[in-house]
Amino acid sequence: MSLAEAIRERDVSRLPSRRDEDWRWTDLRGLIRQAPEPSAPLAADRVGEGPFSSLAGRTLVVANGRGPAPLQIEGEAVIAVDFVSAGDGGHAAALSLTVAPGATLILLESYRGEGGYLSHAALSIALGEGARVERVVLADASADAVEVSQAEVALSPGAAFAQTLLTSGARRQRIETRLRHAGGQAEARLDGVYLLAGKRHADLTSVVTHAAMHGATSQLAKGVVRDQARAVFQGRIVVAEHADHTEARMGHHALILSDQAEVDAKPELEIYADDVACAHGNSIGVLDEEALFYMRQRGLPEGQARALLTEAFVGEVIDRIGHDGAREIARAWAAERLQA
Amino acid sequence: MLKIENLHARVDEAEILKGLSLEIPAGEVHAVMGPNGAGKSTLSYVLTGRGGYEVTQGSASLDGEDLLALAPNERAARGVFLSFQYPLEIPGVPALTFVRTALNAQRKARGEPEIAAPQFLKLAREKAAALKIDFDMLKRPLNVGFSGGEKKRMEIFQMSLLEPRLLILDETDSGLDVDALRIVSEGVNALRGPERSMLVITHYQRLLDYIRPDRVHVLSGGRIVASGGPELALELEREGYERYARAA
Repeated sequence: MSLAEAIRERDVSRLPSRRDEDWRWTDLRGLIRQAPEPSAPLAADRVGEGPFSSLAGRTLVVANGRGPAPLQIEGEAVIAVDFVSAGDGGHAAALSLTVAPGATLILLESYRGEGGYLSHAALSIALGEGARVERVVLADASADAVEVSQAEVALSPGAAFAQTLLTSGARRQRIETRLRHAGGQAEARLDGVYLLAGKRHADLTSVVTHAAMHGATSQLAKGVVRDQARAVFQGRIVVAEHADHTEARMGHHALILSDQAEVDAKPELEIYADDVACAHGNSIGVLDEEALFYMRQRGLPEGQARALLTEAFVGEVIDRIGHDGAREIARAWAAERLQA
Repeated sequence: MLKIENLHARVDEAEILKGLSLEIPAGEVHAVMGPNGAGKSTLSYVLTGRGGYEVTQGSASLDGEDLLALAPNERAARGVFLSFQYPLEIPGVPALTFVRTALNAQRKARGEPEIAAPQFLKLAREKAAALKIDFDMLKRPLNVGFSGGEKKRMEIFQMSLLEPRLLILDETDSGLDVDALRIVSEGVNALRGPERSMLVITHYQRLLDYIRPDRVHVLSGGRIVASGGPELALELEREGYERYARAA
């Protein structure tokens, strides 16, 4: 992974730049002039508690890039992985998860930190035949941080992977998912919510490749940007030749709440098979002023009316989270960020 | 209760209300009838504070308080309720959640304590039953996918829970069949009382067979051009608005 290497070797010339088509809206090369020093280890008493610790049977802490050994999941497990960063240094972590055939994993992942750090996380998640994984990612990075998380997901036949990314962005942030339907009859759900304020930036990029028959992918991303925040959504679904009977649906919908906020969206379907059902929808809009007046006429102050409408807007994505505890945490997180 | 004096209002450059005066004492139901384009909906929007309307002259007060100086939600908290001609859809917000949020926002603005959830639910069940609203419908996002009649019934449901002092009904009969019209009217009539006033805005006399007004006013060309008892509505139904259009 070149980004991890660039951080380790302190070589800014290898950071992705706007000349890379895939990174043109999340330029790191132009932002980072000088490679940061490697991050110092983080003392245990500075780590604190992650948002999901009460829900998980086991919590793995990855502090300033110092992370756990590869994991094998058998049976049923609820695991929290808490990426914690502090300081102004650079660090990279890698985590590999193998989910055995028929096993079930709830993966509750969080990102948080303080300072102007540069961090990279690489996850590799392999699902065996019939395995089920729900991944919920809550990213509350520092406003000064540059953070990239990249996950590679491989689905065996009959596997099911469901993901919900929730982020408030960073100085510059990208959360990327590359998922491959390697085996047939597999299902994937790739959802996301971004709620950005200030000068924060978040980039949700995904590439889904259907390489086998009878696969299904459902994707719903929604976001709200205000102030001078900027969101990027890039979603690509590739249906390879002979991956017939693929069903793929992608939706991205954003609300822009200020004149200076920006959303860049690039939904792409690349279909090389003949017999598929694919659709995508993309919309970028503002809050419905008529609905706001209606709500105010019933007594809601303007700020509360706006918050209720925006909460409901992203609530559609949060409702799709299967794990009850994680869904409630996601809902509270969104409500807190959308208060006027 | 409601006192409107020499009200002038415009939308963009067009003056719609041109010196409208109207007084509704507490406990009375007044109908405002008029042809299309007379300014009926503008009147309801100016009284409730919708954006895009500019009042250039005149006043509107509720129990002596200047309504026009208040934000829409402050007017609501003081008891002004508009039943919309076209109620809005509020995606993602269950009807019940919406009404409870609105009720508590109004109570908070008036310095009253919030209503507890069990007490609210009990009340909501009673009101829904009276309006023949399926309680499950209240768990769905407000008005999303509802028929025209269901939306109007939801307006009356909200009204009966919010218990406003001044009810403004804007073309509440439009889109209702006879059965729905009866149910909605019964809901409105149940709210009649000595401390509550109603302004019923309608194009047709039909609604007034169900909601009997104390006074009927003819709105034409942005002004009240004639006022009378309930018999005036029948006369309008027979003879149309034409002679009032000339009078305006």
